[in-house]
Amino acid sequence: MNDTVGIVIVSHSKDIAKGTADMVRQMVGNEVKVAFCGGNPDGGLGTDVPLIIDAINSAWSSKGVAILVDLGGAETNSEMAVEMLEAERRDLVVVCNAPIVEGAVMAATEAAGGSSLAQVKAVAEELSGG
Amino acid sequence: MTTLETSEADGQIFTGNVQLVHAVGMHARPAVKLTKLAKKFQAQIFVRVTGAAEWINAKSVAKIMAMRAAHGSMIEIKASGSDAEAAVVALVDLVATDFPDRAS
Repeated sequence: MNDTVGIVIVSHSKDIAKGTADMVRQMVGNEVKVAFCGGNPDGGLGTDVPLIIDAINSAWSSKGVAILVDLGGAETNSEMAVEMLEAERRDLVVVCNAPIVEGAVMAATEAAGGSSLAQVKAVAEELSGG
Repeated sequence: MTTLETSEADGQIFTGNVQLVHAVGMHARPAVKLTKLAKKFQAQIFVRVTGAAEWINAKSVAKIMAMRAAHGSMIEIKASGSDAEAAVVALVDLVATDFPDRAS
């Protein structure tokens, strides 16, 4: 089976991250790896760089990983997580500029067809392009 | 990027018509299924609600969702490329059978 781009969902809320991941699995299927993280280590709202790195590792694919984020810190912490990866993996991870739920579903749909990371990102971002 | 084969067989356009029986029309889940199925084919595949001005790329999930085809509307499908005929048959079947859940 061909590898497909993995999807990582990063929200301030663990419930939103999990719910989005559930929606992707139910709507798109299980052929795309989906990982999620949300909340800070104390159980409150927030995002956490080590948890994001764990999620990237768990969704890892030779084709790369697309990250969907919600607000502010989710994006900056995701970018930080990407920077902390080994140099050879860094270029295979992108943060998408897309609404988290819709972007995740569309990105996973595109990924399921075997598309490249650039194509997956472009499809997720179609929604914000107007 | 458009690359149409020049041989006669590949240049042929196959079409199909099917009624959308899904209770709430072409909403998110059917759109995902249609797009995923379309992507399994090499053919270029377009769909539209019958009579609509614009053909929509069946492999673009955002555009398929945005077409907002209503329950009961007729969907036209056209495809060109090496496996175009099989693509039209498969997509007509998917819509006609109301987007069943399949093991993927």
